[in-house]
Amino acid sequence: MTFIKKPIFRHPSLPKNDLGLTYRDYEGLVSTLCAGCGHDSITSSVIQACYDMSLPAHKIAKLSGIGCSSKTTNYFLNQSHGFNTVHGRMPSVATGANLANRDLIYIGVSGDGDTASIGLGQYCHAIRRQLNLTYIVENNGTYGLTKGQFSATNDKNSKNKKGNDNPFGAIDLALMAIELGAGFVARSFSGDKEQLVPLIKTAIAYNGFSLIDVISPCVTFNNHQYSTKSYDYIREHNATMGELDFIPEKDSIEINYKEGENIDISLHDGTNINLHKLDASYDPRNQNDVVNKLRKYRGEGKVVTGLLYLNEEVSEMHKVLNTSKTPLNEIPLDTLCPSHDELNSINKNFT
Amino acid sequence: MMKPTDIKNPNYFHKVVDCQWACPAHTPVPEYIRLIAQRKYTEAYMVNWESNVFPGVLGRTCDRPCEPACRRVRVEEKPVAICRLKRAAADNKNNVDSYLPEIPKVKNGKKIVLIGGGPASLTVARDLMPLGYECTIYEKDPKAGGLMRTNIPSFRLPEGVIDEEVDRILDFGIIRKFNEEITSLKNILNRNYDAIFIGTGAPKGKDLNIKNRYESIENIHIGIDWLTSVAFKHTDKIGKRVIVIGGGNTAMDCCRTSLRLGGLDVKVTVRSPKADMKASDWEIEEAELEGVPIFDNHSPKEFVIDKGKLKGVIFEKMVAHYDDNGKRTLKPSGDEPVLFECDDVILAIGQENAFPWIEKDVGINFNEWGQPIVDKTTFQSTLSNVFFGGDAAWGPENIIWAVAHGHQAAISIDNYCNNTDLLDRPDPITNLMSQKMGIHEWSYPNDISNSNRFAVPHADHKLALNNINVEVELGYDEKLALDEASRCLNCDIQTIFTENLCIECDACTDICPVDCINFIQNEDEDSLRKSLRVPAINLNQDLYISDNLKTGRIMAKDEDMCLHCGLCAERCPTGAWDMQKFTYIETQAKEIKILDYVE
Repeated sequence: MTFIKKPIFRHPSLPKNDLGLTYRDYEGLVSTLCAGCGHDSITSSVIQACYDMSLPAHKIAKLSGIGCSSKTTNYFLNQSHGFNTVHGRMPSVATGANLANRDLIYIGVSGDGDTASIGLGQYCHAIRRQLNLTYIVENNGTYGLTKGQFSATNDKNSKNKKGNDNPFGAIDLALMAIELGAGFVARSFSGDKEQLVPLIKTAIAYNGFSLIDVISPCVTFNNHQYSTKSYDYIREHNATMGELDFIPEKDSIEINYKEGENIDISLHDGTNINLHKLDASYDPRNQNDVVNKLRKYRGEGKVVTGLLYLNEEVSEMHKVLNTSKTPLNEIPLDTLCPSHDELNSINKNFT
Repeated sequence: MMKPTDIKNPNYFHKVVDCQWACPAHTPVPEYIRLIAQRKYTEAYMVNWESNVFPGVLGRTCDRPCEPACRRVRVEEKPVAICRLKRAAADNKNNVDSYLPEIPKVKNGKKIVLIGGGPASLTVARDLMPLGYECTIYEKDPKAGGLMRTNIPSFRLPEGVIDEEVDRILDFGIIRKFNEEITSLKNILNRNYDAIFIGTGAPKGKDLNIKNRYESIENIHIGIDWLTSVAFKHTDKIGKRVIVIGGGNTAMDCCRTSLRLGGLDVKVTVRSPKADMKASDWEIEEAELEGVPIFDNHSPKEFVIDKGKLKGVIFEKMVAHYDDNGKRTLKPSGDEPVLFECDDVILAIGQENAFPWIEKDVGINFNEWGQPIVDKTTFQSTLSNVFFGGDAAWGPENIIWAVAHGHQAAISIDNYCNNTDLLDRPDPITNLMSQKMGIHEWSYPNDISNSNRFAVPHADHKLALNNINVEVELGYDEKLALDEASRCLNCDIQTIFTENLCIECDACTDICPVDCINFIQNEDEDSLRKSLRVPAINLNQDLYISDNLKTGRIMAKDEDMCLHCGLCAERCPTGAWDMQKFTYIETQAKEIKILDYVE
């Protein structure tokens, strides 16, 4: 908890985006999380991504559940729509909001407890329904808000701060998402903004369900020498699959990487991404290959980060349901609801 | 590759305290502003008095090199009103007698003579008296104070303020030889003083040798002489129409004084464009507020005399031309010359030091422009027991420079009298002390006011113009002073980084309101400056560079923009950042007591 007011003064040469805004215009309140929390870096990355993409804040809705992670929606995009929902129920509210207004950009922030425990069912069905949502899991493997119990994503071989073993295995949210049919699955590390910011931008641009599972060390309860989600552990065991460049439609940037190691992918909205592969044998579009690789690396004790899986062909909920192109909240009530006569004629079918 | 910053070098953090660095006397500005904020006016005054000797005078008249340097102007329009806060300390203080240094009854046997009773000599005497020296001041005017008394009009600096601060030093037991003009240095040398300090200022106002200059001696005045004559009440009126020629602060004082002595149509003319005028912006502003028009690009061509009486001045209009290097030349515009009619003309076109009383064969060497050759560090002339300071050394500057010279000359004189090498000068006192009191508790006020600079209230316009002794600026009242004090960013509270504690979590980078903290690959300075979050383009400000961190990166902080808000330290989970107060105290000949007044 920080009691110093953040000064309103800004660097006078701060660059501005296409909307004439600086990144500080995308800020929220000062974080009340513990000093050094990985979540704050993710907050900064979301701010940076939205600034870079020149997104108008009023076209974004940020949603979250309960927990340290879910508090963070208060710390970015002060001018956006927001909904702090019940524990684990962010996907339902996001689904409802998305059905009512398909024109907004939906960013959901959740934690390992909110997603992998109380909200696991909701998580699965949001993916299954192909909800157009950027789902960021701020994954620290611990229940920080209730003083450091193991969460469902904590690795079996790790210990808690007092040295007690974790008796249960971890849920791998990324593998699960691939299995459930998510079209965009990434894992990242809060301490690596160079990787995280382009992933968030790509996830926002991706038209469908996108998961970014961000390992985000809990400095207070899970950053000790036995932890597998500490700053040091992740830095030592990080196996980055590739470096991602996000190239908005209007920009045409030539990136010179070694031949044969790059993949260019176009997203539905015309955005291009350029993946510079660090593991040449890895193709993020081959689902079986990806799943096998992830299992293999996990067996070797590595934390695989980067864009893990991408399928441009996966659809999104509105397309599947063939809903109206006009957002429901913009359709006048008399068009949206059947008239009394219409209702009577429908009811007649049941008599 | 940049090397890690050596924060033990006293100049590194001193440079970050921009106001103190810019002050010739290195007054610890943030320290006294914090004392004002705590309403400890007497202590705030004494911190100033130790450093700059004349806080009441300087709080009204200083040229304030600290203010353009103030960090606040990098993030908003106007600096903290450092100068006027100094006055607030002086206005609100209690009696300071008990804080003053003790003057030994038994003297050390060394006798010093100081020629000229201005701020430079008074500073030397103040620094030497507590050490047991016997000091004698010669002053040609009836009272000491020099240009503070003679050249600054009383509506800007009341006589009482000068008397208080000058007498405080004289009362140390200085032997006063006032109304005595020295006409021969040889005479003084023959009296066997242990050292001689020359602080005779720049008493010679420049004349303007154009046509008809000497046809009317009565109505063409030399600015500084005229102001002196007003100060000593030998002159109490001037004609209705006055032209002041010149664009410096003396010109501003002359025109405003004229308004108070009967001038109704007073104008200032200056050869150069207005933007190039030497006067301080705030002095120009005050003159204009009182209704004095400034005619720039007007070069005086001749005085017009009618029947032996001054009728006016003919001016040629000028245009400024700038060459590729920005060097300015003024050329006639070719327009018809203009005649400004007037009753009196005051020439305020510069002043210089002059030493007709120093015999050529005493051993003091002068350069080709008649300036004494004085060592920049020791203030010693080519005659080993003669020292110079203030405007007498290198020509006109201002009071705060004279004070700074005085401190250094006093150290030299003390060394000289003790047979110590003059270059063996004491180091400054420096210290770094953590301000952390507990979790989220800091012992300095980091809740900075976002307000704009508060204006100083003025006396009623009519009242002020009717009486030369009515001070125009009323000074801040207590509320305004406290409000203004809370604008200070506390630039002496430094961000200290400890590499081996850092876990590279980015918390400091994320929270910094001005984007000055970077975790980045080391490069040479040029490239590094360009690759920061926001490029560091101000080359006058250093980068704070850490040693290599675990990931192989370094921490690089641009000192230019840092607001010293402490959020980096507040958000650091490991204490790798700490806020530490940097104390820098310039050493003087006498014992310096600043640390007694601050916490």
